[in-house]
Amino acid sequence: MAFVRHQKDFVAGLMFIAIGIAAIVISSNYPLGTAARMGPGYFPRVLGILLIVLGAILSLRALRFDGPRLPAWPWRPTAVVLGSVVLFGSIVQTIGVAFSTVILIAVASSASREFRPKEALISGVFLSALAVGVFVIGLKLQLPIWPWTR
Amino acid sequence: MELFSHLALGFSVALSAVNLLYALVGVLLGTLIGVLPGIGPVATIAMLLPTTYALQPVSALIMLAGIYYGAQYGGSTTAILVNMPGEASSVVTCLDGHQMARKGQAGAALATAAMASFFAGTVATILVAAVSVPLSELALKFGPAEYFSLMVLGLIGAVVLAHGSLLKAIAMILLGLLLGIVGTDVNSGAARFTFGIPELTDGIGVVGVAMGLFGFAEIIANLESKETREIVTSKVKGLWINREQFRKVWPAILRGTGLGSVLGVLPGGGAMLSAFASYTIEKKISKHPEEFGKGAIQGVAGPEAANNAGAQTSFIPLLTLGIPENAVMALMVGAMTIHNIQPGPQVMTSNPGLFWGLIASMWIGNLILVILNLPLIGIWIKLLTVPYRVLYPAILLFCAIGVYTVNNTSFDVMTTAFFGLIGVIFAKLECEPAPLLLGFVLGPMMEENLRRALLLSRGDPTVFFTRPISAGLLIAAVLLVLIIALPKMRKRRDEAFQEEA
Repeated sequence: MAFVRHQKDFVAGLMFIAIGIAAIVISSNYPLGTAARMGPGYFPRVLGILLIVLGAILSLRALRFDGPRLPAWPWRPTAVVLGSVVLFGSIVQTIGVAFSTVILIAVASSASREFRPKEALISGVFLSALAVGVFVIGLKLQLPIWPWTR
Repeated sequence: MELFSHLALGFSVALSAVNLLYALVGVLLGTLIGVLPGIGPVATIAMLLPTTYALQPVSALIMLAGIYYGAQYGGSTTAILVNMPGEASSVVTCLDGHQMARKGQAGAALATAAMASFFAGTVATILVAAVSVPLSELALKFGPAEYFSLMVLGLIGAVVLAHGSLLKAIAMILLGLLLGIVGTDVNSGAARFTFGIPELTDGIGVVGVAMGLFGFAEIIANLESKETREIVTSKVKGLWINREQFRKVWPAILRGTGLGSVLGVLPGGGAMLSAFASYTIEKKISKHPEEFGKGAIQGVAGPEAANNAGAQTSFIPLLTLGIPENAVMALMVGAMTIHNIQPGPQVMTSNPGLFWGLIASMWIGNLILVILNLPLIGIWIKLLTVPYRVLYPAILLFCAIGVYTVNNTSFDVMTTAFFGLIGVIFAKLECEPAPLLLGFVLGPMMEENLRRALLLSRGDPTVFFTRPISAGLLIAAVLLVLIIALPKMRKRRDEAFQEEA
């Protein structure tokens, strides 16, 4: 991408164009209606067109003006942090708050460069007790505590 | 006077034991999270929003407002003691507040911040109460065309007064509007952009969007950078200021309060803009501008008064017009909707107890802040010594539990994680997420008003320009864009935000 002088804006522009096109394609299934009687497809198509226009201006300007290059992508923290939350969401109903909290804390902690397994475990057990006490017992949220208390 | 009877009603609601308790809990929780560096007010509110679901609407809103002030105030504590702004609006408090702390004047800086916040909060509360009646009456006269134009002005104003690329910010608004209409169309019943996923027919939840874009993305960004914290803890004593300092401080507080009250009402205004503007002014009119950045007490007093006044008066457009002007208020709209309250001018008449109770609770919240936080400062400092590697997993946990229990489905957790991913992409491309959140909340309202306006005009789009109020609002929006597009103004706008870099 040597001809792109402002990589961040260029990619952002492409992203807006792509979303705009997707919005128009998907909403082509919805009735357009007329201006006086707007159908469900009217507003999204207007938004899609505007997004494409703005995205195009942004990308074209990026060819003329200098700007920052694309930064490195934080693969590991992104995957670990989001993964730990998704994992928690998928297992909490089955194995209960107590264990899933320890698992979430242990997995999430490993995203840090200063990860200390023992500390993470202690923190996990402490927060697990806290979460059970505050959310399940205190606020009475509908969550199982143990795998066998479903 | 009418104002007093309204406030009397408000205080009778806000001073009930239950509501007082929730104001207290809200302020405490808000401060607790606000003190933690690297988690802003939007993420804080999103994280704590689920704890209010079970409450009565009045109590829930009072608690959320308390969380907001608490977060705001906690941010200043962090700014002064750690030189790390807990919130964006306390960035300027770092400049002089932390220098004061390093000179052993942490107590004076904290006391100044508390005093300034309380004074500004008191004035702003009265202001909110005084202007909401006439503004609501005006708003009730608005037709759909006026409402649509008002939202255009609000959205444009929000991006013009924010920092970063204007073009990208407008694109982010459009993206937000698009995300906002996901779900069942109220008019035709058609399911839009749901991809056959049943959970999406009710639309995307605002909590997940805000938590992902602000909370998760912030955490991932923090994990990339190395942790450097310098805490001034040992020297916090004598939480008061001497006579000479007081003489310097009070004019700055007055100016900050005035400035914050005005800027808070503007679209896109609120706490952050007010604080920046106040700092710039204090520095400009000071006889010793060279002291700024080296521990000038006015540099703490002015911005602290301004950010609190701005935080409070930014409720005005939300409460009277139903239009949020910044990301925090957008989240408040989400909170009100969850409690089945459609924000707008009708709330005052249909639910006066809630309306005036919330306003009265603003002042009570500020009072609680002053009474509680100064003695509790030791606890907040302890909290600051907890390393980030232990803090962020705990924050993730509370987010995960909170978002899961909204509907008790793992789908909401997935959505939040998805928006976390989107948030990281946005951060890498320097696309601000705040305009997106505003658009997201306003999306359905904007479409509905556009539809109604065009229905009434039989499809004639000139209706937005032939109705005088609507035309005025749109002209104001165009002027804002033009002004900011001019090279000279652009430079000055960038200067105003440069302190943050």
